Amino acid sequence: MSAVAFERVTLSHGGARPILCDVSFSIPQGAFVGLLGANGAGKTTMLRAILGLIKPLSGTISVLGKPPTRGNATIGYMPQARRTLVHPGISGIDFVLSAAGGHRWGWPVASAIEKEAAWKALEAVGAGDLALRPLAELSGGERQRILIAQALIGDPMLLLLDEPLISLDAAHQRTIIDLVHAIGERLGIAVLFCSHEINPLLRAVDRVLYLGNAKAAIGGVDEVISGPVLSKLYGTPINVVRVAGRIFVMADDVEVEAGTHVHDV
Amino acid sequence: MSTMFDYEFMRNAFYACTVVGIVAGAVGYFLVLRGQTFAGHALSHVGFAGATGAGLIGLSPFLGLAVFSVIAGIGIGLLGERAHRDVAIGIVLTLSLGLGLLFLHFYTAFASQATNVLFGNVLGISLRTVIVLGVLAAVILGALVLIARPLLFASLQPELAEARGVPVTLVSTLFMVLVAVATAEAIQIVGVLLVFALMVAPAATALRLTRGVPAGIMVSMVLAVGIAWISLSLAFLTDWPTSFWITTLGTSAYLASGMAQHSMGQGPVANDEP
Repeated sequence: MSAVAFERVTLSHGGARPILCDVSFSIPQGAFVGLLGANGAGKTTMLRAILGLIKPLSGTISVLGKPPTRGNATIGYMPQARRTLVHPGISGIDFVLSAAGGHRWGWPVASAIEKEAAWKALEAVGAGDLALRPLAELSGGERQRILIAQALIGDPMLLLLDEPLISLDAAHQRTIIDLVHAIGERLGIAVLFCSHEINPLLRAVDRVLYLGNAKAAIGGVDEVISGPVLSKLYGTPINVVRVAGRIFVMADDVEVEAGTHVHDV
Repeated sequence: MSTMFDYEFMRNAFYACTVVGIVAGAVGYFLVLRGQTFAGHALSHVGFAGATGAGLIGLSPFLGLAVFSVIAGIGIGLLGERAHRDVAIGIVLTLSLGLGLLFLHFYTAFASQATNVLFGNVLGISLRTVIVLGVLAAVILGALVLIARPLLFASLQPELAEARGVPVTLVSTLFMVLVAVATAEAIQIVGVLLVFALMVAPAATALRLTRGVPAGIMVSMVLAVGIAWISLSLAFLTDWPTSFWITTLGTSAYLASGMAQHSMGQGPVANDEP
């Protein structure tokens, strides 16, 4: 049984052009996969389909052997950080706890079991000592740890992380990648790690899933991030340049993948 | 020696302030946490059109105010997080004040009451109104207790809450309905224009001073009730309007909490990135 399998899947937002068209791939359990592609390539849409939040137009998706369903507790999900909390009234532990049983109606009083689970998740990301501080006062790297801890609530069998590296400097990017890599290995679960940059991920990924032009390519880094494969994906000549251990993807001398500059999200 | 509690209107005012302070403090906490204070402000203005419209056709202004606010609350809840939401809300807010003005134009006898709707008249509250406020407050607090858990989750992490099966749109729409009724209550004390003073200032102060949701809500309610009580007493002593004192004390509490934060070495927000 694979962690995630797409079979001839087409995904659309309702617009004229599908986001993903006739895409097939399979991710084995325990794999650390970098989900790559330029902004707008469909990475978040793909994660939402795996979560059962959008239905494919055609094809079948299977998640841990079952069709995707909303509210699937076996998936740990860290959405892209869109808003920053500005009020100091919410601490790291409050934030993590809000996800523990947060779908049930009633007053937000955490049970002893939920508290234990939250602290376990915070310890797993090395954020035990940050948990009592207001979330609004943590640095970017510290905050990402809290968000990852929240994704670990419920002992997931699959981890989906949407752009955890955004707005982190190189040193913090490495820390987060190594942390997620270690968690994935320890729990033996598949991790789908979304990024618009390949270079920080090179140290950890088993394979990459590259989205572009509504198509997907999956395989090892050297297999997928190559001129011929990406040229076929984009339908236009692409050059892949390797310099000093870094990879640059170029089309007509313009960098396709943002390796060196920051994009708005 | 006579005290202010010898007067029935003062006793009623204290009852009303207690009931409304508890509701405004609790609902306001989530309103500030969710960054929807502007929506709360707009709901009260929509209520102005409802109050004057109801007066025009001979209905209770409070009923008209509550109904209009609730309808607007449902609308804002269904709008969700989409772009230009604040522009849409602002335009409806302006339209409502315009409509309210038109209704006043046709019903000049209501003009004397209009000031009460705009700035509040807590000293004119009857015992019957206090009972209505109390019943509505119980309903609001009961409903808030029911939805608080998914509401908190959806406020802090909407996408994750959606993925975990929280009906995010339903929860936020229900919450806006509660805000609408709470706003209608607060208008009885401070009026349409000054609703922020009871709904937002105590809650924002509490969010600065506390850690954790239950503590935050508790402090927010205590602050709202305390500010209203002190304001009533000051109004009795000085003969100045209660609403003036509520806005002054609310602002002072918020500013003082900012200074307390600084002296605790926390700074407003350590924001090293977008």
